[in-house]
Amino acid sequence: MNAGTNKGDAVLEAGHLTKIYGAGHTEVVAVSDATLTVARGEVVALLGPSGAGKSTLLTLIGLIMPPNAGRIAIGGTVVFENNQTWVNVRRFRRQHLGFVFQKANLIPFLTAAENVRLAMEINDHPWRVAKHRAMELLDYLGVGERAGHLPSKLSGGEQQRVAVARALANRPSMILADEPTAALDSVRGRQVMELFRKVAHEQNAGVIVVTHDHRALDVFDRTLEMEDGRLRIANVSARNPESRSGV
Amino acid sequence: MNLASRDIRHNFGRFVLTTIGVGLLLMLVMGMGGIYRGLVQDATLLVDRIDADIWVVQKDTRGPFAEISRIPANMEDRVRAVPGVLTSRGFVSTTIQRERDGQPLRITVQGLSWPEDRGQWLPIIAGRALGQAHYEMIADAALKLPLGEKVKLGKDTYTVVGQTRAMVAPNGDAMAFFTHRDAQAIQFDLPGEAIRLERSARYDRAARIDLGRSQPQVIERSLGPSSAIPALGPPVISAVLVKVRPAVDPNQVQSVIARWPDVSVYTSDGQRQLLVSGMVDKSRRQLGMFRMLLIIVSGIIMALILYTLTLDKLHDIAMLKLMGARNGVILGLILQQALLLGCLGYVVAYMVGQWVFPWFPRRVVLTPEDLWLLGGVVVGISILASLIGVIKALRVEPNEVLA
Repeated sequence: MNAGTNKGDAVLEAGHLTKIYGAGHTEVVAVSDATLTVARGEVVALLGPSGAGKSTLLTLIGLIMPPNAGRIAIGGTVVFENNQTWVNVRRFRRQHLGFVFQKANLIPFLTAAENVRLAMEINDHPWRVAKHRAMELLDYLGVGERAGHLPSKLSGGEQQRVAVARALANRPSMILADEPTAALDSVRGRQVMELFRKVAHEQNAGVIVVTHDHRALDVFDRTLEMEDGRLRIANVSARNPESRSGV
Repeated sequence: MNLASRDIRHNFGRFVLTTIGVGLLLMLVMGMGGIYRGLVQDATLLVDRIDADIWVVQKDTRGPFAEISRIPANMEDRVRAVPGVLTSRGFVSTTIQRERDGQPLRITVQGLSWPEDRGQWLPIIAGRALGQAHYEMIADAALKLPLGEKVKLGKDTYTVVGQTRAMVAPNGDAMAFFTHRDAQAIQFDLPGEAIRLERSARYDRAARIDLGRSQPQVIERSLGPSSAIPALGPPVISAVLVKVRPAVDPNQVQSVIARWPDVSVYTSDGQRQLLVSGMVDKSRRQLGMFRMLLIIVSGIIMALILYTLTLDKLHDIAMLKLMGARNGVILGLILQQALLLGCLGYVVAYMVGQWVFPWFPRRVVLTPEDLWLLGGVVVGISILASLIGVIKALRVEPNEVLA
């Protein structure tokens, strides 16, 4: 099934993705023939019950695990096709992808600012540039005054905002978020979702958010749903994607 | 950004405690090496310091340090007559144990050939060399006998007039230096009752033989001191130390004396070799093997520590991989910590060792060569020990972040 976009400038083109765990009678089809396209600046929600294959689909798109079949192109570069990975996945991840998870997964021995800087420094940005950008992002996300604090000294919401800053640090063309608001209350959860929308529009990045939180679905441009590894369009938001601002 | 230093800063207390633990372990390795080196140095200390070219000892013995060596005192004069000999001096060496303030006091008694040898060559740190033929001694500081102290040994009392440092015999006992007459008196001291019984027995023997019956003076003299009876054996010494004239080959003089049927002759190098390869050989090898074991144990313990430190960070390492960090970043995190742990542990070992080793009953000698070598070994151990952690880290999949 093709869960396409109505926008022409696609940042993600995933076709016929399949992921199977195990073999023989223990075989589990986690993702089956999933095809989707995400446009630049588009924010897509991915819904579905537990075990539907949402997180697995995200790990396939994020080049964390290779699919058993299918094709993935990100930012116009074919990264997986014909059962072969065509790029250096780690380099590609640090240059083009940003990740946010249910847990912030910040490095506990680095301060908030250092966590953001690290993402840039491992992508070969000079430390001065990284330092400036980290502060800029943390200020932008409203945690600038917490920049020098270790993750253990930050609240859950603050940690998640630092994780978002880290995901944005290298100006990725694709942001993948796996239940980023699960550990937050509804108000903070909505704030984070709106944050994704804001940065997607301002940085012209595509965003896929796996979520169970139906209260914030109005934030998304599109909603996709997965069930038993299969992907389908659940809803197209009333929002007009064409009205979004550029970078 | 240096991740290793950031991690250490975050877990500073644990890192300090771990470093101290590793340091104490390395101190044991360092100390074992120092004891090994001290044993070898102690074994050859006197031979090196005494400045003799040739040692003349009892026939078929290995010298006064390896076993009992007894040669007549007049050997000194016989050796002096050999062409090429500059000086010859008697040398007496024996180990005694007395009690002092309720504690055992072991002394290796060394007799110097008065008046030629007054102990000027000794490393005297306080006081002076021997100044008279009797009743003075130079004691090593390890004996804890202060200057001016009176020590009763045998029937005589000796005054400490000088103190040396680190003058110990191959068996580890501290040395004290006397004139060789005094040393002999200490060595052959007998209780008064034993002397009386010996004189009485000697009198009875003389009275039973014709010579005693025909010459009353013989019976009379048999009641006197042994030294006054020429027929009894002459006083013995342990060795004769020979210094050859400049430009004379010691081997040449050695070959002359070696032809005498009643003595064995060694050059100083030969004597040194005998001590190292004979007397302390087993102890030396045992310490060497124990040191090797300690190095292996240290390596295993460091590997376990580094592996545990890596396990604690597996989730973060998975996150780094997910963010796209190169393997070099992850290797750097583990290796830098391993090297820092090893190097700081080494510094702790050295500093604690400097404080602790002087309290050891035997000398612990840390030579620059040994310290450099151990430094290299520590770096090697640190790298090898981190390998298990590195392998574990490289096998972590980025999707473990999602677990």
